[in-house]
Amino acid sequence: MADEVILLSYWPSMFGMRAMIALEEKNIKFDYREQDLFNKSQILIETNPVHKKIPVLIHNGKPICESLIVVEYIDETWPGENQLLPSDPYQRAQAKFWADYIDKKVNGPTRLIWAGKGEEIEAGKKEFIEVLKTLETELGDKTYFGGETFGFVDIAFIGFYSWFDAYEKLASFSIEAECPKVIAWAKRCLKRESVAKSLPDSDKVTKYIPELKKRLGIE
Amino acid sequence: MASEQVKVIGAWASPFVMRPRVALNLKSIPYEFLEETFGSKSELLLKSNPVQKKIPVLLHGDKPVCESSIIVEYIDETWSTSGPSLLPSTPYDRAIARFWASYLDEKWFRSLRSILKAEGEEEKKAAIAQVEEENSFIEKAFIDCSKGKAFFNGEHIGYLDIAFGSFLGWLRATELLSGHKLVDEAKTPSLSKWAEQFCNDPAVKPVMPDTAKLAEFAKKIFAKPPA
Repeated sequence: MADEVILLSYWPSMFGMRAMIALEEKNIKFDYREQDLFNKSQILIETNPVHKKIPVLIHNGKPICESLIVVEYIDETWPGENQLLPSDPYQRAQAKFWADYIDKKVNGPTRLIWAGKGEEIEAGKKEFIEVLKTLETELGDKTYFGGETFGFVDIAFIGFYSWFDAYEKLASFSIEAECPKVIAWAKRCLKRESVAKSLPDSDKVTKYIPELKKRLGIE
Repeated sequence: MASEQVKVIGAWASPFVMRPRVALNLKSIPYEFLEETFGSKSELLLKSNPVQKKIPVLLHGDKPVCESSIIVEYIDETWSTSGPSLLPSTPYDRAIARFWASYLDEKWFRSLRSILKAEGEEEKKAAIAQVEEENSFIEKAFIDCSKGKAFFNGEHIGYLDIAFGSFLGWLRATELLSGHKLVDEAKTPSLSKWAEQFCNDPAVKPVMPDTAKLAEFAKKIFAKPPA
């Protein structure tokens, strides 16, 4: 019996990208359904009534929500190919810690950069650079966050790379100048088909931001 | 490896600290509890969790594990043969448990604290209404997850029971301070029954903070400076 896998997502969302990358890593055939977050569909409201957010993975009719939870679900459900989380409990805990760090610390300052005004943008930039430096220290000279294998923490963070150009333009700084290892890591990730397929062009994101702001009612 | 010494760095009033303690108790793993002084952070804490500088931290031998829910999963995986499983057995049920635990941490606890932080009756009423709405979601989640058994995890206390159960002290303290019941037989019959069973469990009793003591503590930390 073939699996039915549907992904409700939104092309600029770095959280949606996580789910896509995980599915692609596992070579899972899925039905991608683009969502309009300003006019939420029946299926989105029904499958995620609590948050009404993407991504939502619907596997044989059962919905799974929250991007990192979706990625872990994918790893556990299709264990054969490309393991995304380490098997060792301590390594797993480390991977989850860093993915959680990314979830808690990146969105705040980056949102200030693209949605903020004046002083807020500067404050967002400063905080974002600090977070990047912490991540860069954690990455060190490893190929990926988990070592030699692409995995959970890489998936948690790489989607933000598609917004880097926009952050740089809006806050007038160079991420490569501040954190060259992070950029080198991102470029390595982009060589993977799963990532290349799931991340939109930086240009497309940058051009979209003014429209997004208008729809959100920000200036 | 599983036999190396276990320590938990934490504080009596923190619901997050309660989580690994309940998990270790359920697995019958002895551990040393290192209590932090309120208002300051020990050298050991800063060394063990340099990134977030927060409690709880589990030290297994010399290896630190941080973030309460992550620690509970680590405990379950490391001592997988001791006692019943804390996480459900299927990937889907695990995803549901993780979803609700995340909801509790990100939304529910914040809503609860808003009751204590509320200034004036209007704000307090709104905050209470918010928590009651969220409690109705959790009541339904309990019915779905427990499938007729005593706990979210079924027959035995598990990950989601621990996640929500560790907030019961603060829930009761908030009820005491606001003079309003949030979880009771009338509003949330299933959760009310579950709460009693959770609190009576021998793994929970020794680490559940006293409601009156917590209420005093809450008054202190939410005290508004004189105008």
